[in-house]
Amino acid sequence: MSANTWTIAAARDALRKGEISAVDLTMSCLTAIDAGDGLNAFVHKTPEIALEQARAADARLKAGEAPAMCGIPLGIKDLFCTRGVPSQAASNILKGFRPEYESTVTTKLFEAGAVMLGKLNMDEFAMGSSNETSAYGNAVNPWRRKGSNVQLTPGGSSGGSAAAVAADLCLAATGTDTGGSIRQPAAFTGIVGIKPTYGRVSRWGIVAFASSLDQAGPMTKSVRDAAIMLGAMSGHDPKDSTSADLPVPDFEAALTGDIRGKIIGIPKEYRMDGMPAEIEALWARGIEMMRDAGAEVRDISLPHTKYALPAYYVIAPAEASSNLARYDGVRYGHRAKLAQGDGITEMYEKTRAEGFGPEVQRRIMVGTYVLSAGFYDAYYNRARKVRALIKRDFEVVFNEGIDAILTPATPSAAFGLGEMADADPVQMYLNDVFTVTVNLAGLPGIAVPVGLDAQGLPLGLQLIGRPWNEAEVLNYAHVLENRAGFVAKAEKWW
Amino acid sequence: MAIDIDTARKVAKLARIRVEEADLPRLAGQLSGILGFMEQLNEVDVAGVEPMTSVTPMRLKRRADVVTDGNIQAQVLSNAPDAREGFFAVPKVVE
Repeated sequence: MSANTWTIAAARDALRKGEISAVDLTMSCLTAIDAGDGLNAFVHKTPEIALEQARAADARLKAGEAPAMCGIPLGIKDLFCTRGVPSQAASNILKGFRPEYESTVTTKLFEAGAVMLGKLNMDEFAMGSSNETSAYGNAVNPWRRKGSNVQLTPGGSSGGSAAAVAADLCLAATGTDTGGSIRQPAAFTGIVGIKPTYGRVSRWGIVAFASSLDQAGPMTKSVRDAAIMLGAMSGHDPKDSTSADLPVPDFEAALTGDIRGKIIGIPKEYRMDGMPAEIEALWARGIEMMRDAGAEVRDISLPHTKYALPAYYVIAPAEASSNLARYDGVRYGHRAKLAQGDGITEMYEKTRAEGFGPEVQRRIMVGTYVLSAGFYDAYYNRARKVRALIKRDFEVVFNEGIDAILTPATPSAAFGLGEMADADPVQMYLNDVFTVTVNLAGLPGIAVPVGLDAQGLPLGLQLIGRPWNEAEVLNYAHVLENRAGFVAKAEKWW
Repeated sequence: MAIDIDTARKVAKLARIRVEEADLPRLAGQLSGILGFMEQLNEVDVAGVEPMTSVTPMRLKRRADVVTDGNIQAQVLSNAPDAREGFFAVPKVVE
């Protein structure tokens, strides 16, 4: 098997044994990337940086000083600021922006010896569930329905990351998750994606969408890889005041596969009306797997689940409208061409109309509205109260002894690109129905591929854990992964 | 609550996003749909509930009130669409 198809764990071991060099491993990914242009996953390629980092990694490996991520070629979501490399958040308003600084996450990964292959496609400012809001045009899911040429969405917002990992263009990728943007695309492409506890990973240098919800995490080919890479991304950062000053456990060491006596909660509110039978069946299989591994399965109730989406779609746009106020055409990015006599207000208005796509504009305006005088209490404050209740729902079940919660990751398999073009914006928001609760409550959540639907598309389940308990969540995911034995890959057409 | 065209115009203005007059009806319709979806929140009994202000209950770290960075004017200005003589340049603000 060509090296670009390897997991991080396999590559780490091969690199340490000297069976392959980081340069050769990187070259195999660069070749796959050039052959994968049809997926539109990599939107800025950085082969020179990659090879330079790979050579440095080889030197460290030779010196016997090689952390786990040393020499591992990664794709980086375009939302991360990377020094001297375009970092556009898939928006025209940041066209040409080359940060003078490096995000904390990429800094940590590079210090650990990781190699950056390039920047990955995404929904504009991470606002979307299908990658179709990207200024680069959408990424494409490497998976297709059996006997069909219809192009499917890789999900969003981390759709480029998901497509790149699933198609073996890189060993793993960074993603970010504000309402499901790691877990939904991971489920749509048959890979693993974990959103850690809010505060586990520094947000510094990641283009902000909704600061109380955003978290970065790894998107990988296996649960073990997620554990390895999350360890390298995590940790306290004085530059992000919400990053937690807690020790980072050895996540990989937590993958014992032993979950005997643990109690897994099954929330009845996640059994949505009109849920496809295949998702229902997948969930039942997951429950069986947990039982079979010696866990106790218990029905639980999270009574405010239904209100998570409407609360999210008040809070996230409200925060976005503040965060995106910085794009004013003054300090960086796009500035509109002005007409004779245009003043500074026209400059703002024209710049933002030209620079932001329709979904981003809509969300900024929704946020502006819910924060405006007279509506602040009715919408924004009410949503924050409902958020407190959603968080309390989880606290209640965790206090009752539930160790983790098992749910579907998405309400459907990947859908066709363009299929939702005429749908109401709210229809697209429903994609996040199983994932947003986790962001609102700040909990760790992981999507694991568990099976294929009748059309041959991957489906995933989600595990939700207690705050700061990524280690256990990863172990449950590892059990699910082992028992599901998901090994299917997309058939290469690109 | 349904958003009328005047409200849509006002929101666009507050958000500093130019929306052409012809596009306002469609925008008003979309905003109404999204806000209608949020109306569900009115079903929830929130009496006595404090709005959530921090995700993880923790005291934010304080840092010493000292200069930690600086003397990087060229870097600060390097991405500006219009920088002149060490400043960000914008259209004339005061007549």
